[in-house]
Amino acid sequence: MIEFFKNWIEVVNFPELMSGFKLTVELTIISLLIGFVLAVVLAIATESRYKIFNIPSKIFVFYFRGTPLLVQLFLIYFGSGQFRDELEAVGLWQYFREEYFCALLGLTLNTGAYTAEIFRKAIQNVSSDQIEAAKAIGMSRFNIFRRVVWPRAFRFSLPSYGNEAVFLMQATSLVSLITLIDLTQSARNVIKVNFAYFEVFVAAALIYLVFSSLIVFIFKRIEKYLPNI
Amino acid sequence: MTLAVGLCAMVLAVFFGLASAIGRKSENYFIRLLIETYTVVIRGVPELIIILLVYYGVPILVASVSKSLGYPVELNLNPFVAGFITIGFIYGAFAAEVFRGAFAAVATGEVEAAHSIGMNKKQTFLRVELPQALRYSLPGLANIWMVLIKATSLISVISLYELINNARIAVNNTSLSFTFYFAVSLIFLLITIISIWGQNKLENHNRRTGFEP
Repeated sequence: MIEFFKNWIEVVNFPELMSGFKLTVELTIISLLIGFVLAVVLAIATESRYKIFNIPSKIFVFYFRGTPLLVQLFLIYFGSGQFRDELEAVGLWQYFREEYFCALLGLTLNTGAYTAEIFRKAIQNVSSDQIEAAKAIGMSRFNIFRRVVWPRAFRFSLPSYGNEAVFLMQATSLVSLITLIDLTQSARNVIKVNFAYFEVFVAAALIYLVFSSLIVFIFKRIEKYLPNI
Repeated sequence: MTLAVGLCAMVLAVFFGLASAIGRKSENYFIRLLIETYTVVIRGVPELIIILLVYYGVPILVASVSKSLGYPVELNLNPFVAGFITIGFIYGAFAAEVFRGAFAAVATGEVEAAHSIGMNKKQTFLRVELPQALRYSLPGLANIWMVLIKATSLISVISLYELINNARIAVNNTSLSFTFYFAVSLIFLLITIISIWGQNKLENHNRRTGFEP
């Protein structure tokens, strides 16, 4: 039994897998953070009275939720090549030709859209009596949002948000198709050398499992830490 | 082709989901453990890895197991079959969650009433619980269908003749990559819109009796 494990660890080139894992973690964390900011902005914009905020953000959310992430990534990475001249004129081409930037952009926009839906439902779920009470005291709209609506909405959204974070981690494996070397791609690289499909993919799956459990654990701790409003 | 894979996978997912939901009620500890593991693993591991694992790994597994049994079997998985089985398997775990909620939503009073008439467990399940649970599970299942259809785009990775590959061919020929990928995304959006419309119709059909307990 121990022999089996030793053999397995030798075959699976863990250091190389770990370097790919590092990229996965980076992508997940950065897209999560930027996506969070984007999602809050989008959630507010979708609920706004003014059509100029309302309509573009609704279209944005509908588009990014309705199309597969793979298509979105391809669109940004391969598709920007068609607009190379225009982008060069604006000076953005040097960013769009790098895979890292394209992957980050695609992941952030996608997770921003999904998270915006979560936040929107959470904001709607805040009971209106509290908001009316705040209005009666005379709080400005911004203050109402900051002190009454947002804490409750954030707490409400935490379970679904944790779920979405796990989906984000799973989605980072797609960037391997844009020639970025994340965990999935480094697993395939190891396999190109030693052809141990099963062992290496199982090892990669285990690493993903551990990471996703970590994410779930972190979100549960955040939930406990916040006061129960 | 996307739709064909999607439909087959959805059927499989419903099957796995129902099986898991029923299995959860089982008194056998090992069956429940198996189903819990199934759900946890699927939720933690990316779909791409599972697809690659199944497509490359299963033939190897089958070959090595059957070789040790002295009966060499060469299995070459058709990408279509491998694709839809894997995706059905993955979304079966999500469907299990949906069915779990749906079964919990069935009024226990009805189950007790059925028991008091004298129906045994299998009969109560088939005649009382299952139809009602299916009604309650529809919104969740429609959600899963949306996600599933997008996941079928992943099968292009194992070179299935599919929507994205067509776009890739067009791109290679004309280098108008943005236009074509954008067209692909519009097609997916169209599928999404049609699915939403279908889902609304189904829900209205479900409500037609006008009785909401």
